Amino acid sequence: MPSAPALLQRFPRLASGGDAHREVLMNVLRYRGREGMVAWAFHRISGVGIFLFVVLHVIDIYLVGGDPRAYNELLAFYASVPGRFLEVLLGAALLYHALNGMRIIIIDLWPTMTAYHRQIWWASWVIFVAVGVPGAAIILRPIWLPILRGIGVA
Amino acid sequence: MQVDLRILRYDPERDKKPHWERYRVESGPMDRVLDLLHTVKWEQDGSLTFRRSCAHGVCGSDAMLINGRNRLACKIRVDQLGRKVSVAPLPGLPVVKDLVVDMEDFFAKYRSVEPFLINDSPAPPRERLQSQEDRERYDDTTKCILCAACTSSCPSFWAQKSYVGPAAIVNAHRFIFDSRDEGADERLEILADADGVWRCRTIFNCSDACPRGINITKAILEVSSAIVERRV
Repeated sequence: MPSAPALLQRFPRLASGGDAHREVLMNVLRYRGREGMVAWAFHRISGVGIFLFVVLHVIDIYLVGGDPRAYNELLAFYASVPGRFLEVLLGAALLYHALNGMRIIIIDLWPTMTAYHRQIWWASWVIFVAVGVPGAAIILRPIWLPILRGIGVA
Repeated sequence: MQVDLRILRYDPERDKKPHWERYRVESGPMDRVLDLLHTVKWEQDGSLTFRRSCAHGVCGSDAMLINGRNRLACKIRVDQLGRKVSVAPLPGLPVVKDLVVDMEDFFAKYRSVEPFLINDSPAPPRERLQSQEDRERYDDTTKCILCAACTSSCPSFWAQKSYVGPAAIVNAHRFIFDSRDEGADERLEILADADGVWRCRTIFNCSDACPRGINITKAILEVSSAIVERRV
Protein backbone atom coordinates (compact mmCIF):
# COMPACT_ATOMS: atom_id res chain seq x y z
CA MET A 1 0.00 0.00 0.00
CA PRO A 2 1.62 3.31 -1.07
CA SER A 3 1.97 6.00 1.60
CA ALA A 4 -0.35 9.02 1.57
CA PRO A 5 2.36 11.47 0.35
CA ALA A 6 3.25 9.03 -2.45
CA LEU A 7 -0.41 8.79 -3.43
CA LEU A 8 -0.76 12.57 -3.44
CA GLN A 9 2.31 12.81 -5.65
CA ARG A 10 0.82 10.23 -8.02
CA PHE A 11 -2.51 12.05 -8.16
CA PRO A 12 -1.65 15.76 -7.99
CA ARG A 13 -5.30 16.68 -8.32
CA LEU A 14 -5.97 15.14 -4.90
CA ALA A 15 -3.17 17.24 -3.42
CA SER A 16 -4.33 20.50 -4.92
CA GLY A 17 -7.99 19.92 -4.09
CA GLY A 18 -10.47 21.53 -6.46
CA ASP A 19 -8.06 24.03 -8.05
CA ALA A 20 -6.61 21.64 -10.61
CA HIS A 21 -10.09 20.29 -11.43
CA ARG A 22 -11.31 23.85 -11.96
CA GLU A 23 -8.34 24.62 -14.22
CA VAL A 24 -9.03 21.54 -16.36
CA LEU A 25 -12.73 22.42 -16.64
CA MET A 26 -11.89 26.04 -17.53
CA ASN A 27 -9.52 24.87 -20.27
CA VAL A 28 -12.08 22.42 -21.64
CA LEU A 29 -14.75 25.14 -21.73
CA ARG A 30 -12.61 27.90 -23.25
CA TYR A 31 -10.67 25.82 -25.80
CA ARG A 32 -12.50 25.82 -29.11
CA GLY A 33 -11.73 22.27 -30.13
CA ARG A 34 -13.19 20.87 -33.33
CA GLU A 35 -15.06 17.61 -34.05
CA GLY A 36 -12.53 15.40 -32.22
CA MET A 37 -12.85 17.35 -28.98
CA VAL A 38 -16.64 17.56 -29.19
CA ALA A 39 -16.75 13.80 -29.90
CA TRP A 40 -14.59 13.18 -26.81
CA ALA A 41 -16.65 15.52 -24.59
CA PHE A 42 -19.93 13.82 -25.65
CA HIS A 43 -18.28 10.44 -25.09
CA ARG A 44 -17.38 11.41 -21.51
CA ILE A 45 -20.79 12.96 -20.78
CA SER A 46 -22.69 9.99 -22.24
CA GLY A 47 -20.36 7.63 -20.32
CA VAL A 48 -21.14 9.34 -17.01
CA GLY A 49 -24.87 9.29 -17.85
CA ILE A 50 -24.77 5.57 -18.64
CA PHE A 51 -22.86 4.88 -15.41
CA LEU A 52 -25.51 6.74 -13.39
CA PHE A 53 -28.22 4.70 -15.09
CA VAL A 54 -26.41 1.44 -14.32
CA VAL A 55 -26.30 2.48 -10.63
CA LEU A 56 -30.02 3.29 -10.77
CA HIS A 57 -30.69 -0.02 -12.52
CA VAL A 58 -28.86 -1.97 -9.80
CA ILE A 59 -31.01 -0.16 -7.22
CA ASP A 60 -34.31 -0.77 -9.05
CA ILE A 61 -33.57 -4.47 -9.50
CA TYR A 62 -32.71 -4.68 -5.79
CA LEU A 63 -36.13 -3.18 -5.00
CA VAL A 64 -37.89 -6.22 -6.52
CA GLY A 65 -37.02 -8.12 -3.36
CA GLY A 66 -36.19 -5.22 -1.05
CA ASP A 67 -39.30 -3.08 -1.41
CA PRO A 68 -41.79 -4.31 -4.05
CA ARG A 69 -44.05 -1.28 -3.59
CA ALA A 70 -41.22 1.15 -4.30
CA TYR A 71 -40.28 -1.05 -7.27
CA ASN A 72 -43.79 -0.73 -8.72
CA GLU A 73 -43.75 3.02 -8.19
CA LEU A 74 -40.39 3.36 -9.89
CA LEU A 75 -41.57 1.28 -12.85
CA ALA A 76 -44.69 3.41 -13.09
CA PHE A 77 -42.39 6.45 -13.26
CA TYR A 78 -40.36 4.83 -16.05
CA ALA A 79 -43.61 4.40 -18.00
CA SER A 80 -44.77 7.99 -17.38
CA VAL A 81 -44.22 10.87 -19.83
CA PRO A 82 -41.08 12.29 -18.13
CA GLY A 83 -39.83 8.73 -17.56
CA ARG A 84 -40.12 7.98 -21.26
CA PHE A 85 -38.26 11.15 -22.20
CA LEU A 86 -35.46 10.13 -19.81
CA GLU A 87 -35.47 6.71 -21.48
CA VAL A 88 -35.01 8.38 -24.88
CA LEU A 89 -32.06 10.31 -23.40
CA LEU A 90 -30.60 7.04 -22.08
CA GLY A 91 -31.02 5.43 -25.50
CA ALA A 92 -29.31 8.42 -27.13
CA ALA A 93 -26.39 8.21 -24.68
CA LEU A 94 -25.98 4.46 -25.25
CA LEU A 95 -26.20 4.79 -29.02
CA TYR A 96 -23.75 7.71 -29.18
CA HIS A 97 -21.30 6.01 -26.82
CA ALA A 98 -21.43 2.79 -28.86
CA LEU A 99 -21.03 4.50 -32.25
CA ASN A 100 -18.23 6.80 -31.12
CA GLY A 101 -16.59 3.82 -29.44
CA MET A 102 -16.60 2.06 -32.82
CA ARG A 103 -15.08 5.19 -34.37
CA ILE A 104 -12.28 5.17 -31.79
CA ILE A 105 -11.66 1.44 -32.38
CA ILE A 106 -11.43 1.98 -36.15
CA ILE A 107 -8.94 4.84 -35.68
CA ASP A 108 -6.95 2.87 -33.09
CA LEU A 109 -6.61 -0.21 -35.27
CA TRP A 110 -5.90 1.63 -38.51
CA PRO A 111 -3.96 4.86 -37.77
CA THR A 112 -4.27 5.97 -41.43
CA MET A 113 -7.97 6.47 -40.68
CA THR A 114 -7.00 9.46 -38.50
CA ALA A 115 -7.12 11.48 -41.72
CA TYR A 116 -10.87 10.73 -41.94
CA HIS A 117 -11.84 10.96 -38.25
CA ARG A 118 -14.21 13.88 -38.95
CA GLN A 119 -15.97 12.03 -41.75
CA ILE A 120 -16.33 8.92 -39.56
CA TRP A 121 -17.83 11.09 -36.82
CA TRP A 122 -20.41 12.63 -39.17
CA ALA A 123 -21.17 9.16 -40.56
CA SER A 124 -21.80 7.96 -37.01
CA TRP A 125 -24.35 10.79 -36.62
CA VAL A 126 -26.16 9.56 -39.75
CA ILE A 127 -26.42 6.10 -38.14
CA PHE A 128 -27.39 7.77 -34.85
CA VAL A 129 -30.36 9.51 -36.50
CA ALA A 130 -31.29 6.47 -38.63
CA VAL A 131 -31.42 4.16 -35.59
CA GLY A 132 -32.25 6.68 -32.86
CA VAL A 133 -35.30 8.40 -34.36
CA PRO A 134 -37.28 5.17 -34.94
CA GLY A 135 -36.17 3.96 -31.50
CA ALA A 136 -37.39 7.18 -29.87
CA ALA A 137 -40.64 6.95 -31.82
CA ILE A 138 -41.25 3.46 -30.41
CA ILE A 139 -40.46 4.53 -26.82
CA LEU A 140 -42.67 7.64 -27.10
CA ARG A 141 -45.53 5.83 -28.88
CA PRO A 142 -47.88 5.97 -25.85
CA ILE A 143 -47.44 9.75 -25.92
CA TRP A 144 -47.83 10.57 -29.61
CA LEU A 145 -50.37 7.89 -30.57
CA PRO A 146 -53.24 9.29 -28.42
CA ILE A 147 -52.45 12.79 -29.75
CA LEU A 148 -52.67 11.57 -33.37
CA ARG A 149 -55.88 9.67 -32.54
CA GLY A 150 -57.27 12.81 -30.86
CA ILE A 151 -56.89 14.87 -34.04
CA GLY A 152 -58.20 12.00 -36.14
CA VAL A 153 -54.99 11.22 -38.06
CA ALA A 154 -54.40 7.71 -36.70
CA MET B 1 -9.38 47.70 -39.97
CA GLN B 2 -9.89 48.53 -36.28
CA VAL B 3 -9.38 45.45 -34.15
CA ASP B 4 -10.73 44.92 -30.65
CA LEU B 5 -7.79 43.07 -29.11
CA ARG B 6 -8.08 41.40 -25.70
CA ILE B 7 -4.96 40.09 -24.01
CA LEU B 8 -4.83 37.99 -20.85
CA ARG B 9 -2.25 39.89 -18.80
CA TYR B 10 -0.42 38.69 -15.69
CA ASP B 11 2.45 40.29 -13.86
CA PRO B 12 3.50 38.11 -10.90
CA GLU B 13 4.89 41.18 -9.10
CA ARG B 14 1.63 43.11 -9.34
CA ASP B 15 -1.32 40.79 -10.01
CA LYS B 16 -2.87 38.07 -7.87
CA LYS B 17 -4.36 36.39 -10.93
CA PRO B 18 -4.48 36.94 -14.70
CA HIS B 19 -6.92 39.55 -16.06
CA TRP B 20 -8.08 40.65 -19.51
CA GLU B 21 -7.05 44.00 -20.93
CA ARG B 22 -8.51 45.59 -24.07
CA TYR B 23 -6.65 47.44 -26.79
CA ARG B 24 -7.87 49.20 -29.95
CA VAL B 25 -5.37 48.45 -32.70
CA GLU B 26 -5.30 49.42 -36.36
CA SER B 27 -4.58 46.36 -38.50
CA GLY B 28 -3.31 46.27 -42.10
CA PRO B 29 -4.66 43.82 -44.70
CA MET B 30 -1.75 41.37 -44.34
CA ASP B 31 -1.11 41.85 -40.62
CA ARG B 32 -0.73 38.83 -38.37
CA VAL B 33 -1.59 38.62 -34.68
CA LEU B 34 2.12 39.08 -33.93
CA ASP B 35 1.95 42.48 -35.67
CA LEU B 36 -0.91 43.46 -33.36
CA LEU B 37 1.13 42.45 -30.32
CA HIS B 38 4.07 44.47 -31.65
CA THR B 39 1.82 47.51 -32.13
CA VAL B 40 0.60 47.23 -28.54
CA LYS B 41 4.10 46.77 -27.14
CA TRP B 42 5.75 49.48 -29.23
CA GLU B 43 2.99 52.10 -29.20
CA GLN B 44 0.63 51.49 -26.26
CA ASP B 45 2.11 49.45 -23.41
CA GLY B 46 5.81 48.55 -23.38
CA SER B 47 5.32 46.21 -20.44
CA LEU B 48 3.48 43.61 -22.57
CA THR B 49 5.61 40.48 -22.53
CA PHE B 50 5.67 37.70 -25.12
CA ARG B 51 8.16 35.46 -26.88
CA ARG B 52 8.96 35.66 -30.56
CA SER B 53 12.10 35.12 -32.54
CA CYS B 54 12.02 34.43 -36.27
CA ALA B 55 8.46 35.74 -36.72
CA HIS B 56 7.99 33.46 -39.75
CA GLY B 57 6.62 30.19 -38.39
CA VAL B 58 9.94 28.40 -38.09
CA CYS B 59 11.30 28.89 -34.56
CA GLY B 60 8.09 28.02 -32.70
CA SER B 61 8.50 30.72 -30.03
CA ASP B 62 5.15 32.48 -30.30
CA ALA B 63 2.53 29.75 -29.88
CA MET B 64 -0.44 31.20 -27.95
CA LEU B 65 -4.12 30.64 -27.36
CA ILE B 66 -5.63 32.86 -30.06
CA ASN B 67 -9.43 33.09 -30.30
CA GLY B 68 -9.73 29.88 -28.32
CA ARG B 69 -7.24 27.80 -30.31
CA ASN B 70 -3.50 27.27 -30.05
CA ARG B 71 -1.73 28.87 -32.99
CA LEU B 72 1.46 30.72 -33.89
CA ALA B 73 0.93 34.48 -33.57
CA CYS B 74 3.28 34.96 -36.56
CA LYS B 75 1.32 32.62 -38.80
CA ILE B 76 -2.33 33.53 -38.25
CA ARG B 77 -3.50 36.61 -40.14
CA VAL B 78 -5.89 39.00 -38.45
CA ASP B 79 -8.34 38.85 -41.38
CA GLN B 80 -8.70 35.10 -40.74
CA LEU B 81 -10.00 35.90 -37.26
CA GLY B 82 -12.20 38.99 -37.70
CA ARG B 83 -12.40 42.24 -35.75
CA LYS B 84 -12.36 40.60 -32.33
CA VAL B 85 -9.12 38.92 -31.34
CA SER B 86 -8.32 37.39 -27.96
CA VAL B 87 -4.83 36.29 -27.00
CA ALA B 88 -3.94 34.23 -23.92
CA PRO B 89 -0.92 32.15 -22.91
CA LEU B 90 -0.83 28.45 -23.87
CA PRO B 91 -3.28 26.56 -21.62
CA GLY B 92 -2.03 24.05 -19.08
CA LEU B 93 1.49 25.50 -18.75
CA PRO B 94 2.59 27.72 -15.82
CA VAL B 95 2.48 31.40 -16.78
CA VAL B 96 5.70 33.33 -16.13
CA LYS B 97 4.42 36.74 -17.26
CA ASP B 98 1.67 37.83 -19.68
CA LEU B 99 1.97 35.49 -22.69
CA VAL B 100 5.21 33.80 -21.61
CA VAL B 101 4.84 30.28 -20.22
CA ASP B 102 7.36 28.09 -18.44
CA MET B 103 8.58 25.53 -21.01
CA GLU B 104 11.07 23.72 -18.72
CA ASP B 105 8.82 20.71 -18.08
CA PHE B 106 7.86 20.58 -21.77
CA PHE B 107 11.52 20.36 -22.85
CA ALA B 108 12.34 17.88 -20.05
CA LYS B 109 9.67 15.57 -21.50
CA TYR B 110 11.09 16.12 -24.98
CA ARG B 111 14.55 15.10 -23.73
CA SER B 112 13.11 12.08 -21.88
CA VAL B 113 12.34 10.26 -25.18
CA GLU B 114 15.97 10.47 -26.37
CA PRO B 115 15.35 12.62 -29.45
CA PHE B 116 18.69 11.93 -31.13
CA LEU B 117 20.18 9.25 -33.38
CA ILE B 118 21.19 6.12 -31.49
CA ASN B 119 23.43 3.87 -33.52
CA ASP B 120 26.38 2.09 -31.97
CA SER B 121 27.44 0.21 -35.12
CA PRO B 122 30.63 1.56 -36.78
CA ALA B 123 29.95 4.54 -38.99
CA PRO B 124 30.36 3.87 -42.72
CA PRO B 125 33.03 5.88 -44.61
CA ARG B 126 30.37 8.19 -45.99
CA GLU B 127 26.81 8.88 -44.76
CA ARG B 128 24.36 6.22 -43.54
CA LEU B 129 22.28 5.68 -46.64
CA GLN B 130 18.51 5.37 -46.58
CA SER B 131 15.96 4.59 -49.27
CA GLN B 132 13.30 7.13 -50.18
CA GLU B 133 10.65 4.78 -48.80
CA ASP B 134 12.47 4.52 -45.45
CA ARG B 135 12.79 8.31 -45.30
CA GLU B 136 9.11 8.71 -46.11
CA ARG B 137 8.18 6.55 -43.10
CA TYR B 138 8.86 9.37 -40.59
CA ASP B 139 8.77 12.40 -42.90
CA ASP B 140 5.73 13.95 -41.20
CA THR B 141 7.28 13.98 -37.73
CA THR B 142 10.51 15.70 -38.88
CA LYS B 143 8.51 18.91 -39.25
CA CYS B 144 8.06 19.58 -35.50
CA ILE B 145 9.29 22.99 -34.29
CA LEU B 146 8.67 22.33 -30.57
CA CYS B 147 6.23 25.22 -30.19
CA ALA B 148 4.13 23.27 -27.61
CA ALA B 149 0.85 24.16 -29.36
CA CYS B 150 -0.04 20.44 -29.44
CA THR B 151 0.86 19.41 -25.90
CA SER B 152 -0.84 22.44 -24.36
CA SER B 153 -4.03 21.83 -26.39
CA CYS B 154 -4.39 18.26 -25.10
CA PRO B 155 -7.13 17.67 -22.48
CA SER B 156 -5.28 14.56 -21.29
CA PHE B 157 -2.26 16.76 -20.56
CA TRP B 158 -4.42 19.39 -18.81
CA ALA B 159 -5.80 16.67 -16.54
CA GLN B 160 -2.53 14.81 -15.94
CA LYS B 161 0.54 17.02 -16.14
CA SER B 162 2.81 13.99 -15.85
CA TYR B 163 1.65 12.86 -19.34
CA VAL B 164 4.67 13.01 -21.66
CA GLY B 165 2.47 14.77 -24.24
CA PRO B 166 2.05 14.77 -28.03
CA ALA B 167 5.21 16.78 -28.86
CA ALA B 168 7.55 14.35 -27.09
CA ILE B 169 5.84 11.36 -28.78
CA VAL B 170 6.14 13.05 -32.19
CA ASN B 171 9.87 13.49 -31.65
CA ALA B 172 10.24 9.91 -30.45
CA HIS B 173 8.35 8.77 -33.58
CA ARG B 174 10.85 10.68 -35.73
CA PHE B 175 13.67 8.38 -34.52
CA ILE B 176 11.73 5.17 -33.74
CA PHE B 177 10.78 4.80 -37.40
CA ASP B 178 14.17 5.96 -38.78
CA SER B 179 15.82 2.91 -40.42
CA ARG B 180 19.29 4.25 -39.41
CA ASP B 181 18.40 4.34 -35.72
CA GLU B 182 18.85 1.45 -33.28
CA GLY B 183 17.23 2.94 -30.17
CA ALA B 184 13.60 2.11 -30.96
CA ASP B 185 13.31 -0.50 -28.17
CA GLU B 186 14.57 1.97 -25.54
CA ARG B 187 12.14 4.65 -26.65
CA LEU B 188 9.19 2.25 -26.88
CA GLU B 189 10.01 1.13 -23.33
CA ILE B 190 9.95 4.77 -22.16
CA LEU B 191 6.66 5.48 -23.93
CA ALA B 192 4.97 2.25 -22.73
CA ASP B 193 4.76 3.90 -19.29
CA ALA B 194 1.40 4.84 -17.76
CA ASP B 195 2.27 8.47 -18.57
CA GLY B 196 3.37 7.57 -22.09
CA VAL B 197 1.27 6.97 -25.21
CA TRP B 198 -1.64 5.35 -23.34
CA ARG B 199 -2.88 8.70 -22.05
CA CYS B 200 -3.88 9.68 -25.62
CA ARG B 201 -7.69 9.74 -25.95
CA THR B 202 -7.69 10.44 -29.72
CA ILE B 203 -9.18 13.89 -29.19
CA PHE B 204 -7.26 15.34 -32.18
CA ASN B 205 -6.73 18.79 -30.59
CA CYS B 206 -2.99 18.28 -31.12
CA SER B 207 -3.35 17.57 -34.85
CA ASP B 208 -5.73 20.52 -35.25
CA ALA B 209 -3.37 22.86 -33.36
CA CYS B 210 -0.11 21.88 -35.08
CA PRO B 211 1.09 24.87 -37.15
CA ARG B 212 3.14 22.49 -39.30
CA GLY B 213 0.17 20.29 -40.15
CA ILE B 214 1.66 17.14 -38.62
CA ASN B 215 -0.86 14.32 -38.21
CA ILE B 216 0.15 13.94 -34.57
CA THR B 217 -2.62 11.55 -33.54
CA LYS B 218 -1.54 9.16 -36.30
CA ALA B 219 2.07 9.33 -35.07
CA ILE B 220 0.96 8.57 -31.49
CA LEU B 221 -1.15 5.62 -32.65
CA GLU B 222 1.74 4.27 -34.74
CA VAL B 223 3.97 4.38 -31.67
CA SER B 224 1.34 2.64 -29.51
CA SER B 225 0.88 -0.03 -32.22
CA ALA B 226 4.67 -0.53 -32.29
CA ILE B 227 4.65 -0.99 -28.49
CA VAL B 228 1.89 -3.61 -28.74
CA GLU B 229 3.51 -5.44 -31.63
CA ARG B 230 7.11 -4.81 -30.49
CA ARG B 231 7.92 -4.21 -34.11
CA VAL B 232 8.83 -1.04 -35.98
